[in-house]
This record gives sequence, structure tokens and C-alpha cells, in this order.
Amino acid sequence: MIKDHVSTTINGEPVEFLCDPRQTLLDVLRDELNLTGSKEGCSSGDCGACSVMLDGRVVCSCLVLGAEAEGREVETIEGMAQGETLHPLQRVFLEEAALQCGICTPGFLVAAKALLDRNPDPTETEVRYWLAGNLCRCTGYDKIVRSVLDAAAEMRGK
Amino acid sequence: MDIEAPSYKWVGTRPVRPDGIDKVTGRAMFGADFSLPDMLTGKILRSPHPHARLVSIDVSKAAALRGVKAVATAADIPEIPVDNAFVGDAPTNFRHWSSNVLAREKVLYDGHAVAAVAATSPAIADAALALIEVDYEVLPHVIDVKDAMRDDAPVLHDDLFTAGVEPKPDKPSNVAKRVEFTLGNTEAGFAEADVVVERAFRTKAVHQGYIEPHAVIANTAEDGQSQVWCPSQGHFMIRAACAKLLGIEISQFRVFPAEIGGGFGGKINPYLEPVALLLSRKSGRPVKMVMTRAEVFRATGPTSGAALTVKIGALKDGRIAAAEATLTFEAGAFPGSPVGAGCMTGFAPYDITNVKIVGYDVVSNRPKCCAYRAPGAPIAAYGIESVLDEIAQRLDLDPIDFRLKNAAKEGTKAAYGPQFGKIGCIETLTAAKDHPHYGAPLGPNQGRGVAAGFWFNFAGQASAAVNVNEDGTAIVTYGNPDIGGTRASMAQIAAEVLGIDYDKIRPIVADTSSIGFNDITAGSKTTFTAGLAVHEAAKDVVGQLRERAAKMWDISVDAVVWENGVARPASSNAGDFDPLALADIAAMAGKTGGPISGHASLAATGAGPTFAAHICDVEVDQDTGRITVVRYTAVQDAGRAIHPSYVEGQMQGGVVQGIGWALNEEYIYGSDGRLQNPGFLDYRIPVASDLPMIDTVIVEVPNPNHPYGVRGVGEVPIVPPMAAVTNAVASATGVRMTELPMSPPRLLAALENGS
Amino acid sequence: MRYEAPRAIEEAVALLADAEGDAHVLAGGTDLLVLLRAGLVTPALVVDIKHIEEMCEIAQADGGFRIGAAVTGAEFGEHAELKRAWPGVVEAMELVGSTQIQGRATAGGNLCNASPAADCVPAMIAAGATCTIAGPAGRREMAVEDIATGPGETVLGKGEIVVDFLLPPRPPRSADAYLRLIPRTEMDIAVVGAGVNLTLDDDGLCKDARVALCAIAPRVLRVAEVADALIGSAIDDAALELAAAAARAACQPIDDKRGTVEYRTKIAGVLVRRAALIAKQRAGNGS
Repeated sequence: MIKDHVSTTINGEPVEFLCDPRQTLLDVLRDELNLTGSKEGCSSGDCGACSVMLDGRVVCSCLVLGAEAEGREVETIEGMAQGETLHPLQRVFLEEAALQCGICTPGFLVAAKALLDRNPDPTETEVRYWLAGNLCRCTGYDKIVRSVLDAAAEMRGK
Repeated sequence: MDIEAPSYKWVGTRPVRPDGIDKVTGRAMFGADFSLPDMLTGKILRSPHPHARLVSIDVSKAAALRGVKAVATAADIPEIPVDNAFVGDAPTNFRHWSSNVLAREKVLYDGHAVAAVAATSPAIADAALALIEVDYEVLPHVIDVKDAMRDDAPVLHDDLFTAGVEPKPDKPSNVAKRVEFTLGNTEAGFAEADVVVERAFRTKAVHQGYIEPHAVIANTAEDGQSQVWCPSQGHFMIRAACAKLLGIEISQFRVFPAEIGGGFGGKINPYLEPVALLLSRKSGRPVKMVMTRAEVFRATGPTSGAALTVKIGALKDGRIAAAEATLTFEAGAFPGSPVGAGCMTGFAPYDITNVKIVGYDVVSNRPKCCAYRAPGAPIAAYGIESVLDEIAQRLDLDPIDFRLKNAAKEGTKAAYGPQFGKIGCIETLTAAKDHPHYGAPLGPNQGRGVAAGFWFNFAGQASAAVNVNEDGTAIVTYGNPDIGGTRASMAQIAAEVLGIDYDKIRPIVADTSSIGFNDITAGSKTTFTAGLAVHEAAKDVVGQLRERAAKMWDISVDAVVWENGVARPASSNAGDFDPLALADIAAMAGKTGGPISGHASLAATGAGPTFAAHICDVEVDQDTGRITVVRYTAVQDAGRAIHPSYVEGQMQGGVVQGIGWALNEEYIYGSDGRLQNPGFLDYRIPVASDLPMIDTVIVEVPNPNHPYGVRGVGEVPIVPPMAAVTNAVASATGVRMTELPMSPPRLLAALENGS
Repeated sequence: MRYEAPRAIEEAVALLADAEGDAHVLAGGTDLLVLLRAGLVTPALVVDIKHIEEMCEIAQADGGFRIGAAVTGAEFGEHAELKRAWPGVVEAMELVGSTQIQGRATAGGNLCNASPAADCVPAMIAAGATCTIAGPAGRREMAVEDIATGPGETVLGKGEIVVDFLLPPRPPRSADAYLRLIPRTEMDIAVVGAGVNLTLDDDGLCKDARVALCAIAPRVLRVAEVADALIGSAIDDAALELAAAAARAACQPIDDKRGTVEYRTKIAGVLVRRAALIAKQRAGNGS
């Protein structure tokens, strides 16, 4: 199998990698680049655990080929905190116990940040529908939705 | 045991969990996140048939493929004889586990593991699987539990004879076991009753639905010493399973707990771990195996589907005169459904004189069922709480008043045996009745339902250590995987006992070689049992701190007390010394006797039972049969909530799993016996937009068997929802649904039939 | 498998036409990658069309809209003029999958995947949309309703790709609506879907109507009988009941894990009625 050479940007840094054309962006992140914060829950776009930003849009990285990252900007959970400073969503998730097992958490955070970047004052219903593609089996979503609303309020207050 | 006065500094607070930063930054290492140099990929060949004899398996072509380093079948692991299937008094049948991990002689369900390969890449492993030649003699199969009980049903196991019936049957059967619990005389009770309701119900198999697929890495050195990294609900159980299934000594390997991405009972049984270990031993290289989502659905979990009948009689004044139930549970391919727990829990919230419950454990060509949150209890409660609702309606009684009139209390004799000690059933029901939700007005096409639930809560073995560091911080080491925030609770308990700040304590979930044995994280037992061990280990530390202070002051240890994190002389008679903080004593440990290290190993008993009462409002679209849950309140006795946020989280999560079970989740099999919906697209777990906020009320009736009064909390929240939703639908439409899930086509058909 | 990302349609057509073995167009990838992963397709060539500018734009043209086949659901929702003119088309496209899927899934993919349950297709058919097909023999235009021939089957020949959709100009007092039924609120495939497109006259009577249904037949169907029941009426209860009955009569669904024949048939009637009312209200509001 001839591998493709891909030049891309991940979390603001230029990155080059070789990938099998069949590998997904999620495979590349996890297996080639050791960025294992994006999780594989289903491999069919149904759970959202692999959510990343691709050119400013939240996508399931399991439904993107690694080769498609050529020349594009990828942001993952690993790039969300700035140094030692957590993003307000990350901090509020912790303060309000919005995670139990934590496997879905990176995907929720990436998707929720995409929402707040676009809509700083979402309603509960908007949060719920925006996050409908992120499955959580532990929390019943209550504390996740509250945390997103509370983080949004805090960010607006700044 | 005396309950300590509830003036705690840490117990009952809501600190940020110690593992939190790792879990919001992507650093936390879950099962599939590990890798090792030179690692192979392991994959499993699974049966496409629901029932077939394995005439032959030819792996020679696969083994010869370049890049394939090991191939394994059941022939590579020792057959465990019937009379050696159990270890000690534990209920685990290792013979069945062995045949489930790699099929021997027959495959018993679509997805049953037949063979495994380890290769240098995933693509080569896939190619190798395709080269394995299996000659199947396809046998007739049976999926439905009622069909499996028929005399002419295909028999799965020639050596399975129904247990619990006299005389012992002379023909093998799919009915593995009959159990019965009785109290009083139900016939006499029904004769007195003014109203009797009898109904039959069906529920479908549902999966635990954790988001993280099963994953493992095993690595074996030339001397046979192995390491296994995996997420599980008990790495000591994985160790026991690997040892027994592969016939190796426990001292030969070490199991490391990865972070676990959800379990709900479904990560108790071994699946990949013994196979990865076997492949690693055969290849001499690390082997990583990760299930696909389809494999998770086809070959792990689920819990039982069931058929049940419930008959309850009551007097006009609302007292229950007699109650009977027959529960028939699917066990899947091997015996072991939770029908016993279903029988024991169903009527437990009530003080009933005459009770009879019969249960049947039935095998059929489905994956071997695995525990799922309060195993068995939600199914029993679904039928029983539905019938109770109907009786309350017939007697024109408020459904909570009716339950309160019959509520179990201290001294109540439960049908399954014990007499209850201090319990919070009445307090929980009363709090539900007093909640503003219960009296709130309903909109058009809306209805309200209530239901109660019970769970025993388990205790068991635990081992913990508290090591004081030289700078005055402490490490708490315990051995239960943290699925939902128990590290925080362990740190809170240690902080409370030691009197130092929560932030000074680092809790660690240790591997199997670094701490004594611990039972699984299941049965709502971890905060109670591991928490007791941590409490005792911290008390051991306090004893040592007092000894060290006594030594430093040169007074008797009896003259030293430990208060608010400092040692003080017990009275002025003992001498005049400035208090010594933990850090002061720790700094001098080298001169006063060496490291300060507390330990506790125990077999805990006395986990207090817990009760729940739920209120659910639904709105029904009468034209389409779609049900929307519009408001939900869960009330539950937690004994004492160590970390209330995580107690609420358990309640909310359990409720939503129950709502999924009620509305849309089900295993769907085709007539070919194959699972048709092995993915999150068509196995429909609730999504965020399906739900309202889930309100919670924590009632605290302390468990007298625990220093802080803790009761288990994780399981009972899934017990009432199916009945609460069903009762709400009945209130909205006048139609009582006796089959789950209440998916739109089923409800619309029922609405049109008016039944 | 070879991955190519051409910049021009002619280049993409040439790659596909000359491919030896199985060749697939990669638009949003939300169907193709699932099939790839499950081993259900093993293409020798994948042609990513998202670098072809013409296929990624929404343009107002001749009073209507030209929407590139690789435009994503999210881009439909963000286009204010399109949303104002064709709310039903936009809401249908926005129902395809989650937020994450919306960032990738395309209308062209939804059409060419040829699922009987494709959400955007009934809305496009109701809208009277046509599409441009580019192939080795040049370009041709076809009605959207003629593209799919059965589950997973289309009229497209080797080397042919759908380039864009053309939505016609809107007469005054026109509007469309799309509704589907799913068991949950998101993340499911339509059990039934109904697209209704109406034009009212000055008296509020239905002057023109087009209706299409999905998941009730091997392909998405335009149902003239439903439209006929609405045309000339005030879209009152009587007309809606006739329309619902016509919708039920047009159904030729299957029993499967997502729904039964009986259920799908009933729901087709319910959704046609509800979608027609929404379209009527939108048209009356002068959208």
C-alpha cells in the first residue's frame, strides 16, 4: 500500500504525516500522532466521541479520511486548554460534575465550544439539539447541558 | 456502629474530582489509548450463525499468511470440567465463560467468538480472519424466551437440566433454573381482596450501551510473566478469569486498570482479555485488541428480555392482600440471567403478608447476558409497579398514598428473606409526594406516572492503603476502578478522617499486584465498601500519628488525641505541648519509626438497602404514537451523600437509561437469528434533545452500618423509570402498555386498539 | 485505494471514467466512510470533490438558486436568502444527521446515495428541483425525482457526477415544508418523510402544489394525487383528509427494524397533513 503524504495544521502547529488512504483522520490522530484524546465509540458517526474541528466546523473525525486533512486546520481536545489554563467549558464541566466515566467528555467539549464560538447565548433547547450527536450514557445529559449554559453565561460576563 | 454526627468538613461537599483535569483535556488513558512498541493487532472471527456445531476449524492458511504471528481457538485453552466450573462460593461458572470467550463444539449466537488472530497490522489481521475455514453444521435456533421453553425447542446444552424442580428432570432443557420465594398464603390473601388485577408483560433485551468499546493490551515476557492493561469493572475479576480460563497462576501476571469508559455491569465478564493474553503468550509480543461497536452489541452485554405475569389483590382501604409474580428471563446462550434478583426486589418496597414469586432462567441463541445496573430489578418493577398503578386507579387512591399505605419499614419481613433494619422507603415516598412536581398542572395530551424501586446494594471484599508522604500529603490506594467519580469520594473520606485538606490527598486505583484483593465495582458497593476500607486505613494512620506524637512528646499514646488534623494532649494533665499537625509528624517519621502507612482489608457487610420514588410526565402525540418525557423527578435515599453531585449524576444517568429502555431500546433479531441493529443508529439510546432536565431529591436516612451512613446509590435509579413512564402514558391516553419498548409503532397500534 | 482531490469537474469526471475497478465519489463521506469501515465497499479510487469550487457554492441565478452538490447541510442553514425562499428544502437538509454530520454531509451525497429514506430528496422533488450531471459526454440536466431508481441505485453512468441543484424562481405566496418522523428527536433515519411545496392565489386557495414522500417505497416518490387533492382547495380539513388518503394510497413500504408497513402508511398521511399546514401558513405569511 502506497501511503499519502499529508501536510496539515493541528492545534495551530504544522504537522506532516504519512497515512494509508483508507485511514480516517481519527486513525491518524490516535495511531500515527498519539493524540488519543479523541475517542472511537462507534466508527460510524453516531456517537460524537471523535469530534474535532476541521476548518472551523465540528465533525466526526471517524468520517473524515486522513488524506482530507491536507492543507486544512484541525483542532482537537488536546488544543483546548491554553497552557495550564483550562477553557471555561473544561473548568465548568469539572466544577459541576458534568462527567462520570469521561469517555464522551472530549467530544462534548469540542462540540460545545463550537456552539459557543458561534452562539454565545444559546437556549437549553439549542444546546440539546446541537449536542444530540454526542452520546453520553452516564449522566443523562442534565449536568452537561447545565455546564454548557453556565459556561456560556460566564463567558458572556467577561 | 455509631453514626458520626453530621458536622463534616468534606463529606457532603462537592470538590472537583482528582482525575478531572485528565478527563477534560484528553490526557486520561482509556482502554484503547495504550500502545506498546512492537505491538500486534488481535482480532476475532465471529459466528454468523445463531446455532451451529463446529465440525472443524482450519486455521492453517491464516497462520501461514505473512505478518500473522498467532492464531488461537478453543483448542488452545483448557476445557474446564463441569465439577470444576466454580471457584469457592462465587457464582461465576468459569466453564461457561470459557466457552463464551472462544466457542467449543458449538456456536450459540450470532457473534459468538470462534477463533482469534494476532498480526502485524489491522489489515493483515482482517485478511487472516478471512482465511480461517470453519465448517459449521447449522442447527435450528431459538431466540424468544417463550419459544425456548417449549418442549420442541432446539436444546442449546445437552448437559443442562432444570435446577430447582423435583424430581430432577431426566431430559435436558433450556430452562436452567426455577426459583421461588414465598411468604404467607397468597390464595387466602386473594380470597379476601376487593380488587384483583392480573397482567402479562414483555420486555426486550437491552444493552448497557457504554460509549467505550472493550479493549485490552496483553504483553508476555519470555519467563511467562504477563501484564494486561484493560478497562473493566474489576481488574481482580479479570485476573481471576484469565488465570482460570488459561490455567495459569495468578502470580504470573498483573492487571492494570485503564480508565473505564462506562460499564453499568457490562464490563464485569471477560471477553477479549483472556484471548489477548493467550495470543500474546503464543506470539511473544504485545497484543492489542479493540472491539468494534458491532462486536460490542453482538457479543457482549445485554441484559435479559423477559416475559412476566403479575397478580396483585388489594382491600378497599388500600392494603395489599396478596401479590404474585412469575418472571421468565432470557439468560442468553448460557445460564445466569438476573431472574433471582428480579424476584427478590420486585415486591421489596412493600410490606405484604402474602407473596409468591417464581422465576425461570432460560437460555436461547442470544449473547450471554451480563449484569446491567440493578440486574433484574427494573424488569420486575416494570410489571409490578404498573399493576399497582392500575389498582390505585381502580380503588380511586392517590398512587403515592397507596404505596405509602403498604410501604416497607424497619422490621418489615421481605419475601426474599431478611427483615429490614433502618430503611428510607417511607421518607422517599413522602418526599416525592411533597415535591412541587407532583401537584403541578398538566398540559393537553400529557399524563403523570409514579413508580417506586428497591435495590439491595452489595458489600464485599476491599483492601486499601493510606500512605502519608514526608511533606504531609497522603496517597490513598484502593483497588476498585473509578467509573463515575469514586476517587473523589475516597479522597473526601480520607480527608475527613485525617483532618487534612482534600487537595492534599491523591487517590490512586492500584493494579492487582499493588494492593490486596478487591471485589468488582458493581452492585452499588464501591463508595460503601472501598470507602469503608479507606476509612479504616485512614483510622489506622490516625492511630500511628498519635503514636508518633506520643513518642515525640514522650507521653503515653492514650494521652494523645487527634482532632481537626492535629495531635493534641488529651488534657492538661498529659502535658503542655503545642499541637502537631500531620505535616509536622510526617516530617519526623524517619526518626519516630519510619514511614506512616495505614492499611485495611475487610469483607464488609451491612450495605443498607435503598429505595427510590420517581415522578414522570409525558406528552403523547396521539397521531403518531411518539412519547416525549417532558418532566422527571427522581427521589432516592442515599443514606449519606459523600459527593452529592455524583449521587445526582448517578440518579440522572440511571433515569435516562430507564427512559431509553421504556421508549426505544431493543435488540431486534431477524428470522435468521441475526442481530439487525448492532450500532448506535438503530439501537436507539436517548440523545440530549430527547430529554428534559432530570430533577433529583436526595433523601438521607443514614445506614447504621456505615460510619457516615452511606448507602449504595448507583443502581436503584434505573428501577422505577420503565413503570413511571408506562404509568404516565396510561394517565395521558388511558392505554396501559404491557410491552416494552413503547416505540411509536407499538403505542400507535395500542392507541387504535384502545387496549 | 487511491485518493484524489481534483480542482475541476472535468478532471473528476476523467478520473472516474478512466478508473479501473470500483471508483467512488467522496463528498461529505458520511455514508461512504461508514461503508468503507465496515468493509462493505473496497474502492480502488476515491475522488474527493470538495476542492471543486463550482460544487461548493450557493448562487442566486435566474431568480432561483444554484446549489453545488458538495454544499453541506450546515451551509444550507447559514444561507439566509435560501432559507427565506426554500425553508422546506433547508429544514430537510438540516435534518440529515447531527451537528457533526451537518458539517460534512452534502445534498449531492444524500441524492446519489439513493436511500429511500433520504431527507433532502423529497423536499428537492417537491421544490421542482433539477440537477446538472457532468460526465464523459458533457453535461445534461435532469429532474431530481428521476435520479434514484431504487435503493442504492441511480441513473448515473460511469464517470458521471451530480454537479449542482437548480431551484426555480419563487412565485409570490409560495412556501415549502418538510417533516419526518423518527423515534427519537435526532440521529435516526426517517421512518417516513414528507415534503410539500405550495403556491397560494390571492384568495388563499392552493394554486399549485408538489408533494413527495420518502421511506414509503424503494425510492423517494413524487405523489401527484396528493398535490391534486390540495390544488384548488383552501387547504382545509376536507382537502387535507383527501391529501392524507392519497398519501396513504401511494405508499408501498416495507416492514423493517425502523417501521412497519401499517405504521409507515398511517404516518405518511399524518405528515402530509401537517407539512401542508406549515407550508400554507408560511405561504400565507408571504415568505
